[in-house]
Amino acid sequence: MSSKLLRKTASYGIFWIAVAAAGMSIDNSYYLQVLTFIGIHSILALGLNMLMGYAGQISLGHAAFYGLGAYTTAIMTVHYDLSPWLALPCAICLVILVAFIVGLPTLKLSGYYLGMGTLGFGMIVHIIFREWTSVTGGASGYVGIPPLELGAFSFSSSRNYFYLVWCTVLISIVLCQRLIDSRIGRALRSIHDSEHASKAVGVNTRNLKLQVFMLSAALAGVAGFLYAHFVSFISPGTFDFIVSIRIVTMVVIGGMASIWGALLGASLLTLLPEWLHAFSDFEMIVYGLILMLVMIILPQGLTRGILDIYERSHKKYFK
Amino acid sequence: MLRIRNLKCYYGRIIAVKGVSISVRKGELISLIGANGSGKSTLLNAICGLLPTWEGEIIFEEISLRGLSPPAIVKRGISLVPEGRLIFPPLSVMDNLKIGAYTMYRRKLHKNVLEDLEMVMTLFPVLKDRADQPAGTLSGGEQQMVAIGRALMARPRLLILDEPSMGLAPLLVEKILKTLAVLRDEGLTILLVEQNAQAALKIADRGYVLETGKIVLQGTASELLTDDEVKRAYLGKDYGDFYEGRI
Repeated sequence: MSSKLLRKTASYGIFWIAVAAAGMSIDNSYYLQVLTFIGIHSILALGLNMLMGYAGQISLGHAAFYGLGAYTTAIMTVHYDLSPWLALPCAICLVILVAFIVGLPTLKLSGYYLGMGTLGFGMIVHIIFREWTSVTGGASGYVGIPPLELGAFSFSSSRNYFYLVWCTVLISIVLCQRLIDSRIGRALRSIHDSEHASKAVGVNTRNLKLQVFMLSAALAGVAGFLYAHFVSFISPGTFDFIVSIRIVTMVVIGGMASIWGALLGASLLTLLPEWLHAFSDFEMIVYGLILMLVMIILPQGLTRGILDIYERSHKKYFK
Repeated sequence: MLRIRNLKCYYGRIIAVKGVSISVRKGELISLIGANGSGKSTLLNAICGLLPTWEGEIIFEEISLRGLSPPAIVKRGISLVPEGRLIFPPLSVMDNLKIGAYTMYRRKLHKNVLEDLEMVMTLFPVLKDRADQPAGTLSGGEQQMVAIGRALMARPRLLILDEPSMGLAPLLVEKILKTLAVLRDEGLTILLVEQNAQAALKIADRGYVLETGKIVLQGTASELLTDDEVKRAYLGKDYGDFYEGRI
């Protein structure tokens, strides 16, 4: 086994030990719920990181895919009384199909224009969630989404759901990492650096951008599915423009083109509002200030910034 | 091997290449020389599928390249070393080279890719020591080696280079051109686009001179090197004195 592979396997092992330790040691259901939300946000950030961090394509409408995943499972399980495990592949397929249809024209754009295109898509989907009352429940949302069950085993307890979500996070991490280490991953990074050069070496940039957009959307759909069955109630407000921006912020703050950065960004942006309750009316101001400070001090994101600080101090004290 | 007939390339309403006809025979090293804005890079982009709007005929190994995408053209055996190298700076030298094999990277071809990596490292031994280094940290000459190595990884039958000498010290230019001559001697067909006419013609079999989108001169490399018009326009009027050591 090569040292790189060994390091990666060890990091997955350490990650799972940390998850298991948290699951076993934390009894407070509020903390477990917060950690579960971190997991769901991590899946969102991981997906967007593939698109933004690796392929260099921005999406300001990712909450739409998150919402589509959640609404599909909600409608199928509540309205049609189908099993959630049947709703999951349907939600993923629908989200991938929508990503394909949206991505085909919008991914011809780049930079600000791509941002505006995806932003517009996100807004349209949000309006559909809010206005198509007969199907989506309108502004009041969808209630009574059943908890997940696997035979006699129920995921209704916070602890069980926590394990389910973090297991999905681990699968997503391994999937993304495998992809990044493959020729597809190299091609994605080459598109990020220079699409022209990438084409010159024979990379089908249009197809690859579309494929990574669909993968990213699929992960957002899975996150939406997990969210819907966790909170059992969804409304359009959870999938609006601000949420799309928050997912982008998670990726940028954590550090683009870094798997662990996406997790770090998702953790920070989920935990900050919880920590800042003490500031009551000034909560959002302090939240914004902290994010500004992080970007000023560590412009490449937390992961790269922390690594740089470590490398500098290592050089200073050990050489 | 490559036959271009009456090629016209457009950027919107602007016509950048005005009816160019050239041919490249198997195993030849052809130099295409011309000043800035003469349409050299446009011509190459048209061959490689990077410029979709053109008229005329581009035939490679008896097959028209009309409507083919850049990946399809790479798969057919044409590799481009783009102007300004355009390597991928954050990626390691090894990853840059592996991307070159993108179109042929299937499991059954994995062995071929490893062999090709070995071949590139033999051709440019300096890259072996820097395999894990980000390509952006290499010197200009080394980056050019990565760009050429990356193009070779696709196992091309026709290698096209767009101004490989750009921004390099004369010694490095000589080294790069010597390598191209070696590749030609090994049977690779090369189309070399250069502003550095003297250096390009020195290793070429034949050459074309492109001016404002038209071929104005063509012939064997030795004919062009001694042509008064080429000397005046591209080599400098005292070229002969300089290379004979009188200046």
